[in-house]
Amino acid sequence: MSKDLFDKFQAVIDQYSRLPADAADPFAVRMDEVLSQTEAVIDGQKTILAGTNNYMGMTFDADAIEAARQALTDFGTGTTGSRVLNGTYSGHQELEDALRDFYGTKHAMVFSTGYQANLGILSTVVGRGDYVIIDADSHASIYDACAMGTADILRFRHNDAADLDKRLGRLPEEAGKLVVVEGIYSMLGDRAPLKEIVAVTKKHGAAIAVDEAHSMGFCGDKGRGLAEQLGVEDQVDFIIGTFSKSVGTVGGFCVSNHPKFEVLRLVCRPYMFTASLPPSVVASAKVAIGKLRHGSNLKDALWDNATKLHAGLKAAGFRLGTKSAESPIAAIILDDTEQVTRFWSALLRAGVYVNMALPPATPQGLFLLRCSVCASHTPEQIERILTLFEEVAKKLGVALSETLPSDADAKTKETQPKSDAAAATA
Amino acid sequence: MTEKELDLSHESIRERIYVLVTSYNKKSITLHPETTFSGDLELDSLTVMDMVAMIEDEFDIVLPLNLLPDLETIQQVADAVEKIIGEK
Repeated sequence: MSKDLFDKFQAVIDQYSRLPADAADPFAVRMDEVLSQTEAVIDGQKTILAGTNNYMGMTFDADAIEAARQALTDFGTGTTGSRVLNGTYSGHQELEDALRDFYGTKHAMVFSTGYQANLGILSTVVGRGDYVIIDADSHASIYDACAMGTADILRFRHNDAADLDKRLGRLPEEAGKLVVVEGIYSMLGDRAPLKEIVAVTKKHGAAIAVDEAHSMGFCGDKGRGLAEQLGVEDQVDFIIGTFSKSVGTVGGFCVSNHPKFEVLRLVCRPYMFTASLPPSVVASAKVAIGKLRHGSNLKDALWDNATKLHAGLKAAGFRLGTKSAESPIAAIILDDTEQVTRFWSALLRAGVYVNMALPPATPQGLFLLRCSVCASHTPEQIERILTLFEEVAKKLGVALSETLPSDADAKTKETQPKSDAAAATA
Repeated sequence: MTEKELDLSHESIRERIYVLVTSYNKKSITLHPETTFSGDLELDSLTVMDMVAMIEDEFDIVLPLNLLPDLETIQQVADAVEKIIGEK
């Protein structure tokens, strides 16, 4: 008899079964009603949503909903086809026009998810004999894109332009090279030193793709992301993004000024071999992107909330992923799976939903409670989140201290290979 | 450092890889050529990639992550490093 194909998952099954039995199941949260951008009913209880990536609160934008409703009536529930066959409607092209407008680029290509945008672009633009050089903390979709492609894959130390410089310097001068980074990293909410990384990339004649999934909408005057904010947009070859965060729906995109960009529609398999987005999604995305262009009030509200939440958690003595609010994400660093699960579960039962994140999905093997704020959170909701964090910490006996290192740097040093740590302290 | 860079004999490459791997040997098991990274040393995929970066720096080479599926043991890594150095 051949072996059970599922034997290879036994370690995962064991890990899952070791989660505390009396805690809620972090992988089985069900929203029965969604009351607004910031509230849902979970297990019969009204719950503040503080882990949805719905940064600009676009999911309930009245104009986006109306546009989606109209598209649903006019064009039906789905396209039932690929963009290159019967799945391109006028709405898809209008959405690409809106993206070109928003980013001021010559080209824009819409994918069915953000994951597929990364998968498609990064697996296709580099091929055999080329090199793709990615930040070590890259999102799974970037790693998966590399695995799907045929280029040689290299990885540089997270946010370390000098390490990138060294690795690019070892590559053959004539080889094609693509550096891949994110604007804001989703787990710890830290920003890339994009100026330095772009400078090093261009010094070696390489191309660069920046994933602005967690920075679109609220970074930069026009809300295009970190590349805009840091004034390096003109040197970024590909900006990749998603509609499932600040745009409030689902889908992904890539914008570029490369003169041959359009050929990707004929060679990029994750674009070609999947159904295109439903007309209603496309219509709401277009409206939401228009709003992001003129969303300074929302931006201010979001940063205000982000700063308050971060400052409040820091003042309470929690150990956080960043020293200050670099993004709308606040990552609380805890000790182990059991503690993080109990903390997460207690918060949920008290009426706050945040994300629980465990290794290997987290950088440096950290155990995280990941909060993300929305422009629509009220000051009272932010206060409530902070109060509950403090109450749960007290109840569970989680050590809080204002003298604890409040950023991940200390942890980075601990978990780096010994010889490096020795070199750093020598 | 210069002396190290010059000594790229078969034995020296293996010796230097053992030294690097030792820093990941948290359980202090006895290392031998057939020791596996995921099985014996219980390293997760991210840690293996960190180790690859250290090996690249030690020998000033490019060791693409695409090779990882075929590099399960210390012996296999040493052979790969030697091959890459030979091609430089």
